[in-house]
Amino acid sequence: MVQDSPKIILEYAQNAAIATLTDEKILEETDIQAIESTIMPLIEQTASINLVLDFSNVFFLSSAVLGLLIRISKKVYESNGQLRLCSINKKIFQIFTITRLDKIFDIHEDRQSALDSLN
Amino acid sequence: MVLKSSTNKSILINSDTSSVGKICNLLLEELRGKNYAPEEVFAIHLALEEAMINAVKHGNKFDPAKKVDVNYTISDEKFEITVTDQGSGFSYKNLPDPRLEENLYKPCGRGVLLMRSYMDVVEFNETGNAVHMIKYKAKH
Repeated sequence: MVQDSPKIILEYAQNAAIATLTDEKILEETDIQAIESTIMPLIEQTASINLVLDFSNVFFLSSAVLGLLIRISKKVYESNGQLRLCSINKKIFQIFTITRLDKIFDIHEDRQSALDSLN
Repeated sequence: MVLKSSTNKSILINSDTSSVGKICNLLLEELRGKNYAPEEVFAIHLALEEAMINAVKHGNKFDPAKKVDVNYTISDEKFEITVTDQGSGFSYKNLPDPRLEENLYKPCGRGVLLMRSYMDVVEFNETGNAVHMIKYKAKH
């Protein structure tokens, strides 16, 4: 049986959960749902989660991914957690600035900076 | 004498996301073959994905009986495309601006903004079930 490679690699450091997105392109609804089905239970099961989403592998994403990030951020903040995004390349970051989502997400250049910003 | 080549092509795709992925890959390969810069290919790719997902999801509601018509031309001057779904259309003139404070936290509604940001021309037909886009190729 061929298994799809995981959409997220989960690690833990400095009292935070770090979720690294593994796909270079995040487009299809099935991929977005797969990411959501991993992240949301993690948030639910971890009180006041410190969550870092690492985009270092991502070179392309659709606006549907932005919607997912908003849903994730709402869930994190409803559970009194904190969310950081990191390692977003220039082209992807431009999507955030065009949509003004750079104003609502706490975005860091690299993972360490994101971790250090968490309480 | 310099011959400029461009061929108009028309393809019908099914109303599912994997068909969108396949046609996007096809178009992107053709763009690279015509020496469009990586930045231009990225921009067109983003706009294509948004336009076609809108057609498949919002226009045709993933109805397997409905098709999306993709009509395009790739030339040395520009990439031009019209994406037409078989839905009833939408009111493109009254789209809320997703950048406004009251809309920033909404999980959807950014596709057309991205299309307009990355393409040089984005026009809808009166019904709202067809979008025409142009990206002019930079002179290198």
